[in-house]
Amino acid sequence: MIRHSILGLVLICLTLPVLAVEPAEMLKDPALEARARELSKEVRCLVCQNQSIDDSNAGLAKDLRVLLRERLVAGDSDAEIKEFLVERYGDFVLLKPPVKASTYVLWYGPLAVGVLGAIGVAVFLLRRRGGKAEDVAPAPLSDEEQRRIAALLDEQDRKA
Amino acid sequence: MSRVLYLLPLLIFAVIAGYFTIPILTKKDPRLLPSVLIDKPAPGHDLPALLQDKPGLGPEDLKGEVKLVNFFASWCGPCRAEHPILMRLAAEGAVPLVGINYKDRPEAAIGWLRELGDPFGRIGVDADGRAAIDWGVYGVPETYLVDAAGHIRHRHVGPLTGKALNDTILPMVEQLRAGKG
Repeated sequence: MIRHSILGLVLICLTLPVLAVEPAEMLKDPALEARARELSKEVRCLVCQNQSIDDSNAGLAKDLRVLLRERLVAGDSDAEIKEFLVERYGDFVLLKPPVKASTYVLWYGPLAVGVLGAIGVAVFLLRRRGGKAEDVAPAPLSDEEQRRIAALLDEQDRKA
Repeated sequence: MSRVLYLLPLLIFAVIAGYFTIPILTKKDPRLLPSVLIDKPAPGHDLPALLQDKPGLGPEDLKGEVKLVNFFASWCGPCRAEHPILMRLAAEGAVPLVGINYKDRPEAAIGWLRELGDPFGRIGVDADGRAAIDWGVYGVPETYLVDAAGHIRHRHVGPLTGKALNDTILPMVEQLRAGKG
């Protein structure tokens, strides 16, 4: 039983991830192909919208992979290829949105919220430290209360 | 003053919740993308004709009048669903239709049109889907409203519906024609 489980685990470890990129699409030049792979990881497949074209086996993803490689071979820079895609499909085609006026909230919003929060916490802590101790210290117990506590404590001692 | 300050987080939450809830309530499909080519010239491609007795599509053929350009394929289910609407548009003569046959086998496409009817005035063949990429197509069927100057004015992703036609597309056609006339 254990031997079977171990064998199973070893076999699972030996499997390779299934690639969407088909051998026929790949470029002969390994350096260019590596660039193509990196670049296509940043390009969204518009059919299955949370996958990159490197991951997706949709028809359009394949077409875009082939197109991207053709342009790489033709000597386009990475930025030129991205520009080409954005002209047709908009910024959405890039998995990482560009930093520009309409995306400032997206990029810097979390930072702004964090800074505001930190300011709030700082103000809160400073105020508490600056406050007088008498204000927060509870009023002393009255004689009546002292007697009741003594009675309760006595009772507890007897039980123990 | 500090009372109001305590309400601030609630207020911020309300704004964010509203931002995410409104698209759901108005049933806006987040997968539908706006075209970046709106008001830009439609890509001019020389697309060969699908049928012997009907012209293909040259770069100049998109100019001259307001028209709908429809990307279709015989293998595409939603295209079959929208076909009766295209046939009705053609029968009414509401607006000229241009077809672009996307990544299809010609004989399959011809058989499809023979079976369901051919609403198009011109049909160009985009066998490898390259023209479609230039148009920003990401799934057939897609329909583009092109004005008389050959500029894309509207894109409809997915099968055309009577609602989309009556509420958006046909009024835009009228508007574009009036603006020109």
